[in-house]
Amino acid sequence: MTKFGIAQSVRRVEDPRLLKGHGTYTDDITLPGMLYGVVLRSPHAAANILAIDTSAAAATPGVLAVLTGADLDIGPLPCIVSLTNRDGSKQYTPPYPALAGDAVHHVGAPVAFVVAETVQAARDAAEAIIVDYDILPSVTDLATALDPDVPQVWDAAPGNICFDWQTGQQEQTDALFAQAAHVTRLTVVNNRIVVASMEARAALAEYDAATQRWTLRTNTQGGWLLKDLLGKAVFGTGPESFRIITPDVGGGFGMKLFLYPEQVLTCFAARRLGRPVKWTSDRSEAFLADTHGRDNITLGELALDADGKFLALRSRNVANMGSALSNFAPFIPTMAGSGVLASVYGFQAIYANVIGVFTNTVPVDAYRGAGRPEANYLVERLIDRAARELNIDRAELRRRNMVGPEAMPHTTPTGKVYDSGEFRLVFDAALKTAGWAGFEGRRAEAAARGRRRGIGLAYYLEATGGGPTERAEIRFAEDGFVDVYVGTQSTGQGHETAYVQLTVDRLGVPGERVRIRQGDTDTIPEGGGTGGARSLYSEGQAILATAATVIENGRRAASEALEAAPVDIVFEAGRFAIAGTDRGIGILELAATQRARAAAGEAAATLDAAEVAEIKSHTFPNGCHIAEVEVDPETGQVALLRYSVTDDVGKAVNPMIVRGQVHGGVAQGFGQAVLERTVFDPVSGQLLSGSFMDYALPRADDLPDIEVELIEVPCATNPLGVKGAGEAGAVGSPPALINAILDALAPLGVAHIDMPATPERVWTAVRAAA
Amino acid sequence: MYDFAYTKPASLADAVRALGGADAKALAGGQTLIPVLKQRLNRPSLVVDLGGLGLAGIAVSTEAVTIGAATTHAAVAASARVQQAFPALACLAAGIGDRQVRNRGTLGGSLANNDPAADYPAVALATDATIRTSRRTIAADGFFQGMFTTALEPDEIITAVSFLIPQRAAYMKFRNPASRHAMVGVFVARGPQGVRVAVTGAGQDGVFRHTAFEQALEKSWSPAALDGVATPTAGLNGDIHASAAYRAHLIGVMAKRAVALAG
Ligand SMILES: Cc1cc2nc3c(=O)[nH]c(=O)nc-3n(C[C@H](O)[C@H](O)[C@H](O)COP(=O)(O)OP(=O)(O)OC[C@H]3O[C@@H](n4cnc5c(N)ncnc54)[C@H](O)[C@@H]3O)c2cc1C
Repeated sequence: MTKFGIAQSVRRVEDPRLLKGHGTYTDDITLPGMLYGVVLRSPHAAANILAIDTSAAAATPGVLAVLTGADLDIGPLPCIVSLTNRDGSKQYTPPYPALAGDAVHHVGAPVAFVVAETVQAARDAAEAIIVDYDILPSVTDLATALDPDVPQVWDAAPGNICFDWQTGQQEQTDALFAQAAHVTRLTVVNNRIVVASMEARAALAEYDAATQRWTLRTNTQGGWLLKDLLGKAVFGTGPESFRIITPDVGGGFGMKLFLYPEQVLTCFAARRLGRPVKWTSDRSEAFLADTHGRDNITLGELALDADGKFLALRSRNVANMGSALSNFAPFIPTMAGSGVLASVYGFQAIYANVIGVFTNTVPVDAYRGAGRPEANYLVERLIDRAARELNIDRAELRRRNMVGPEAMPHTTPTGKVYDSGEFRLVFDAALKTAGWAGFEGRRAEAAARGRRRGIGLAYYLEATGGGPTERAEIRFAEDGFVDVYVGTQSTGQGHETAYVQLTVDRLGVPGERVRIRQGDTDTIPEGGGTGGARSLYSEGQAILATAATVIENGRRAASEALEAAPVDIVFEAGRFAIAGTDRGIGILELAATQRARAAAGEAAATLDAAEVAEIKSHTFPNGCHIAEVEVDPETGQVALLRYSVTDDVGKAVNPMIVRGQVHGGVAQGFGQAVLERTVFDPVSGQLLSGSFMDYALPRADDLPDIEVELIEVPCATNPLGVKGAGEAGAVGSPPALINAILDALAPLGVAHIDMPATPERVWTAVRAAA
Repeated sequence: MYDFAYTKPASLADAVRALGGADAKALAGGQTLIPVLKQRLNRPSLVVDLGGLGLAGIAVSTEAVTIGAATTHAAVAASARVQQAFPALACLAAGIGDRQVRNRGTLGGSLANNDPAADYPAVALATDATIRTSRRTIAADGFFQGMFTTALEPDEIITAVSFLIPQRAAYMKFRNPASRHAMVGVFVARGPQGVRVAVTGAGQDGVFRHTAFEQALEKSWSPAALDGVATPTAGLNGDIHASAAYRAHLIGVMAKRAVALAG
């Protein structure tokens, strides 16, 4: 085995750079002549703009431009999803301009963009802008947004309905419910999440008047989408007029996938002023202007027969879109979320109705798991509830209904085709790892101390997603390094390490000699970016295909160099050799020779290659999360004491990185389940949890050691056998945690609690049950 | 931040003089003031850094612990003499904020700021501490005058604080899940001044004494003595983290746990 072999926990090669402060993030970059942009944001959730007086701002020393909506002769930010409603009509897509026109629809909506020589001057000028608002009533709470008398966000969307979408088999589902021996019903809330990436968003645009091209440096999860949207929908100058460079990125979680107003504004201002313009979000802005996640209220119904076998599932999901549609917003609760409602269980039919709703809040879009955590949460809460109602052991009820390996490939009622899965095997291992059988002793020990201990589990399944193709290019550089150009975009996950491992595995080159190149749309013509846990299985296929072409190129070159027929050339451990002899040449040496010859004008082909892989299928990572909590019934405080995950993410190229991804996902899931609460003032529409003083993120001391056990059931639809692992931790954890809390509180008579299970909520539930 | 002038006087008299100017503001550890300036929520014309006045230090006698205003929370927490003479005080200081905050933030800054969720006001009030300033001494009972409001004049500087050492004392706080400041903090003390119970984090007017608890604990120093003693919700804070009723309940729970801990 080499130092960078597949399946080894290779230390992350990017870590020395990122952890020692040698990373380069967008805000670290300063260009000659650079100006600074500051966004003036709406202080109101809903208002008409009667007038904007920018004269004092424009007169502020150092200010070069004060832009308002009236200055923007460009298109709005597009939504690239268009759903068809149940009645055949289309979703309503409201205008989403980079700067407000004659109205604002959420607190934090951009109203003006000030560009100045310094940030201070831009801030001073922004404060000097006088906006005459006619304040209107607003609606921010999803729970009331569909009520008859609430304020309407858009006249063109009566009832605040953006779309009314359905999937599955309605008639068959209804029929199964009619004949069911038992029906369990439950309404659950998937609380709204402020994403809070460690690195805030930033954009630095320059415009070259000679070539009429922009270079936009910005923290994205893949610049190709932005290039396309900016070039087509927004500026209409064509995608080729944009070069998007993504420097190091400090966390994205889906939130950095999308095109944002500030990226448009820096580009617009850079062209107008002929100088580079940088904007960097501060933390307060991030709360108001980054897309939020989740925010669903879902009624779920589970129909069972007399033997406790699942018959059908029905759901009506109300999903908050915010005040406008971010790039993928309608896709998240519909195709992405409803697609996995069957999870690992056998259902005869499923029907899901999803209603997209407008509110006077910042747009909502993908957040780690994007729809799939919400769906898994519903299913796993429903099953626990059904087990209680039917007095069937909750583990047994799940096991009874799991799809067996003999059924693979298995097609679900929502049309997903699972290639592989050993759900019962993983489940049984998980129960063992968690010490499920010995739990009652621990419950009794805690009770003696006045604490309520509970154990909860969730079996999750997610469908990883993303673009239909991915590209890789391998170039043997002049300095002796092997450059691998990828179309995905790391925001910290460890791609640079995993891709090196794949390259080493295929080409036999030393890992230290491999460089992963990402994030420049000029040097990498296409890329699907990173989202939906797609990177390793998509880019991995592209790297494999490209490496195969490199080897073919090498075989031809080696046959020439070694004077043997190509069929007699074997490639092994980084060397091309004549079969059965010790005559051969190393791939790096061969590549260098070929490059030098080609450069000298000889008719020699280099080994370099690029391939685009077609990504034909999702992968279906799945596994079991088991959480053990203690509740202090006097205060309502929840402490997480034990946590284990038994995961099937297919083949683990780097088990350490997989574990790290799961740890992070569990932490975020803990945040959603116990801490993170996004609260708007019902009257003013102000975000009351608008800083870390009031918005609780998980901290290291909230979490115990998280055990992650990997059971590798190879994915059958990609040659690496890998399944996505990036989102999984955040998918399984919220239901496991809430099920554990409810298990702890069951002896007190508490049957339901919504996320986040804050101390006050738990205390209130305990009191109400007493 | 808006622009401001900065001075670091070397004597108390100079500092008081500097603070006498319009819109001058004292700076100690900066853990409250600097964030406020960064958010452009305050616009002093002059910032007077108290760091050059030599106001840090700890003195322990048999009756009292006296701490200089510029002493950091970390220094109080780490002081072996404080730990020995008045462990509840060291423990309180060790529980303020995080390591960085404790290494910068000061006792004087905390009391002068009188944040309704701050910890030091609870121990000051529960021990009837004496606050020494550049011009007088003020008893804690008269010092705290409502949220972010104290008896201090604009040009008055806290120099030191004396805490009478109680025989028994303990502090219990229930942290706000987000900020981790006290959502409810209760300091119980039994000493030369009798039983005193101070509550922070919960009152609309900042720290306050819980006289019903004090009377009950005078009769019997035990957690059970507080059974059935109500905490009225009037005057308590309600916010997105805790209603006034929940805070009232937590005051009872924290007080009992503090008495149990004090022994
Ligand atoms: C992340 C974070 C967490 C925190 N958590 C807690 C916590 O859990 N519990 C808690 O109690 N506090 C907490 N704090 C506040 C912290 O304790 C501060 O240190 C304290 O409130 C102010 O002290 P300072 O020395 O930093 O004062 P500064 O910020 O410098 O000043 C604060 C105010 O006091 C005035 N002032 C300062 N010194 C004097 C003086 N000697 N005489 C007169 N006026 C003076 C200043 O003019 C200013 O108005 C936290 C702060 C942060 C940033």
